[in-house]
Amino acid sequence: MELFDLPLIWAFIIGFGVIMYVLMDGFDLGVGILFPFAPSEESRDVMMNTVAPVWDGNETWLVLGGAGLLAAFPLVYSIFLPALYIGVFLLLAGLIFRGVAFEFRFKANTSRYLWNWAFAGGSTVASFAQGAVVGAYIQGFETADGVYVGGALDWLTPFTVLTGLGLLAGYALLGSTWLIMKTEGRLQEWAYRITLPLLAAVLAVFAIISVWTPFVDEMVQDRWFSNLTVIWILPLLTLICAFQIFRSVRNRSEGMPFVATMGLFITTYLGLVVSRWPYVVPPDYTLWDAASAPESQLFLLIGLVFVIPIVLAYTAWTYWVFRGKVRAGEGYH
Amino acid sequence: MELDPLILSRIQFAFVVSFHAIFPVFTIGLASFIAVLEGLAFKTGNPAWIKLSAFWTKVFAVVFGMGVVSGIVMSFQFGTNWSNFAQATANYLGPILSYEVVTAFFLEAAFLGVLLFGRDKVPAGVHLFAAIMVALGTFISSFWILSANSWMQTPAGTELRDGVFYVTSWSEAIFNPSFPYRFMHMGLASFLTGSFVVAGVSAWYLLRKREVEANRKALSMSLWLILFIAPAQLVVGDFHGLNTLEHQPMKVAAMEGNWETSRNVPLLLFAIPDQANQMNHFEVGIPSLASFVLTHDWNGEVPGLNEVAVEEQPPVAIVFWSFRVMVALGMLMILFGLAGLVLRKNGRYWQTPWFLQGLRLMSLTPFVAVLAGWFVTEIGRAPWLVQGMMNQAESVTPSLTGGMALFTLIGYVVVYSMVFSAGVYYLMRVLYVGLEDSSVDDEYDAERPKRPFSAAHVPFEMGDNDTHKPLNQGGH
Ligand code: HDD
Ligand code: HEM
Ligand code: HEM
Repeated sequence: MELFDLPLIWAFIIGFGVIMYVLMDGFDLGVGILFPFAPSEESRDVMMNTVAPVWDGNETWLVLGGAGLLAAFPLVYSIFLPALYIGVFLLLAGLIFRGVAFEFRFKANTSRYLWNWAFAGGSTVASFAQGAVVGAYIQGFETADGVYVGGALDWLTPFTVLTGLGLLAGYALLGSTWLIMKTEGRLQEWAYRITLPLLAAVLAVFAIISVWTPFVDEMVQDRWFSNLTVIWILPLLTLICAFQIFRSVRNRSEGMPFVATMGLFITTYLGLVVSRWPYVVPPDYTLWDAASAPESQLFLLIGLVFVIPIVLAYTAWTYWVFRGKVRAGEGYH
Repeated sequence: MELDPLILSRIQFAFVVSFHAIFPVFTIGLASFIAVLEGLAFKTGNPAWIKLSAFWTKVFAVVFGMGVVSGIVMSFQFGTNWSNFAQATANYLGPILSYEVVTAFFLEAAFLGVLLFGRDKVPAGVHLFAAIMVALGTFISSFWILSANSWMQTPAGTELRDGVFYVTSWSEAIFNPSFPYRFMHMGLASFLTGSFVVAGVSAWYLLRKREVEANRKALSMSLWLILFIAPAQLVVGDFHGLNTLEHQPMKVAAMEGNWETSRNVPLLLFAIPDQANQMNHFEVGIPSLASFVLTHDWNGEVPGLNEVAVEEQPPVAIVFWSFRVMVALGMLMILFGLAGLVLRKNGRYWQTPWFLQGLRLMSLTPFVAVLAGWFVTEIGRAPWLVQGMMNQAESVTPSLTGGMALFTLIGYVVVYSMVFSAGVYYLMRVLYVGLEDSSVDDEYDAERPKRPFSAAHVPFEMGDNDTHKPLNQGGH
């Protein structure tokens, strides 16, 4: 199998899966984060209805991420999950509450406010936990012989709290730009209004994180400062995306803010990846150390080549079946 | 008190997986039932089929949603609590579980939306196709997950080097020795679950004379299924047990409560296994029958638990009793199938109150039998996680402390209790409102697909905004 560097291919596949998840579940988590601040109960109905068609499928990408990691990089799976034990529990609990709130809220009358809180709280907790995971990854893990040996709350530091808040703000921004695209009238007006303050918040947190990150670890510092090279393109692109969001909100365009926010996420994500490349369990293990047996990576890869295009095709088809703007009152009560 | 992370992790795993397990068995059976109803509706155009399909789809949506959220938890359990196990078995389990996601979960998620909300958005044929795809997805899912589990019971096609399993033959690993039996047994269990729930609910409606025509059809269908599947389950279970005898003899010894390897072993109907003293109290049995069932020879030798050290024995009492519960319920199911046939001959199966009442009660038994069966399978494997190769103590996450494990255990119990009592309550509401509300044009919310529970729009609280019709509305 010298012809292909299988771990490298798999790193791309998992990387693709992660960004797919972040972008797709990101906006529906964002809608949940914004939920308590919505202008009216009726607009909450509409907000939920915009993501209802997609959230379930979006979350399947997370399941694929988990199973894919186990298959291709078991070391990552078996170090991250123990290290983030409490955080993972919070993430899952958040996702459960949020998932059922979707379903129960519409049937509830007197208890509706409870499901509002379950939806908003679940989304917020889950988003924060995901952000903290990102921070914990940059921070690195204490391992010995391929096993996590740190404590239960090592992952919770000022830095990871900040990355948690950063992702919270980022998802909220994805949520607000999504709402601009999928709604109209008063709700859309509100989404336009909150987008720029959210953008400012995201940029502020991102700025602090960028200044801080290099000092979390020497290696990251090296990466960014020893060879002042091409990778500085990434922060530059991030800024361009941010400017594009600003401009398109000013111009009242409907689709562009969302697209530019996705761009912002992708460039930030790539920035993160280059900070640590090729370490997947910093500071000790590279993606080649963490890989599963080649025959296992190959066995799954062959199947994915055939199955993933089919999955993407029918997923796209269902999106198409349920396309268009969501209007007040056409939802369900 | 010292908290043991191993015990706590076992309790936690048993709790979350048992919780998850009761939803799939129902959705697998029901998905096929709905596909058949859709097919009948498509072919005959009879509104009764459409009504039935629309109603059961609502029930399906609620149960499926609970299956999804509890399933997402499952896929992270291996890493959080059993990280050594995850690392050792990843070369096999990783690809298998990933195949499950890409071949089954995406399929179910995508077509579920069309099934639930697409009736007005796509042509009837496409809608039928979506129903079939969802049913197919549930089977593909159980194919992979049962292959994974069976491999842990009867590992094959792999070799253990330096504490890590490497796959030497994918086909041998996937189609490992216990897989065909487990797949069939679980498939039949799913159909039985679906049938008994449909039968029980229809019986309840018939007792109250609600929507008699449609419910009679549903009852009749499920009774036919039960008549054939319940005995088939007995036969498959018997073969399953013989296969287990070959590969996991200590599990069978625990199932039979047999402490010493011997001949002419009786089939115990009752006993109180006492592991400390390695004996049973109050045995009541049929002489030599266990020998006959297991070896097809009245004089056959049956392995006993004394073949291994006490630490290597599974907890006998739980396995012994779980097995009896499952088999007893299986027998009861066969009896109900036969009673249905007898009553059918004089056309009274849908009007005999004791029979209908009995079916109502029976609707819960498949869930009990399924959990009992899994207890036999999983606890009977103890102390092994991968039979004969890796035990539970080696598998648990090294960094896990008792305190952390206790925290999440309590957490899951609290979260699940809240969420699922709400879910079950809501399901009850759907059943209470019944078919009367299940006309097709009722699906006015076709804009919003893929949200499992939303197929069922019934107000959450009893009483307010009640769409419920008078109970004795009468049949037509
Ligand atoms: C025999 C069947 C069976 C068994 C033994 C299991 N499952 Fe399951 N699972 C299903 C059959 C199923 C299903 C029928 O395919 C479900 C039920 C509801 C659903 O959405 O799909 C499902 C859902 C489901 C989901 C959510 C899928 C989604 O997002 O749509 C996950 C992640 C898992 N399961 C994972 C597991 C794991 C890790 C298990 C092992 C411990 C497990 N399941 C046992
Ligand atoms: C869905 C139906 C299932 C049920 C109801 C079930 C039930 C159980 C129970 C009761 C235990 C506890 C045994 C003990 O502590 O002695 C257990 C253990 C375990 N099972 Fe299953 N199981 C199911 C499916 C699976 C599958 C499909 C897998 C793997 C792919 C699996 C993997 C495990 C593992 C890793 C343990 C170890 C933890 C432990 O021993 O408690 N199970 N299961
Ligand atoms: C009627 C007589 C039955 C017999 C003789 C029988 C036999 C068995 C045996 C021997 C096992 C354990 C296999 C092993 O762990 O290696 C088992 C497991 C199981 N049984 Fe049964 N069974 C019967 C009825 C039922 C019924 C009625 C249900 C449910 C509706 C059921 C559901 C299960 C399940 C879910 C498992 C665990 C999964 C598996 O290993 O297949 N069984 N059964």
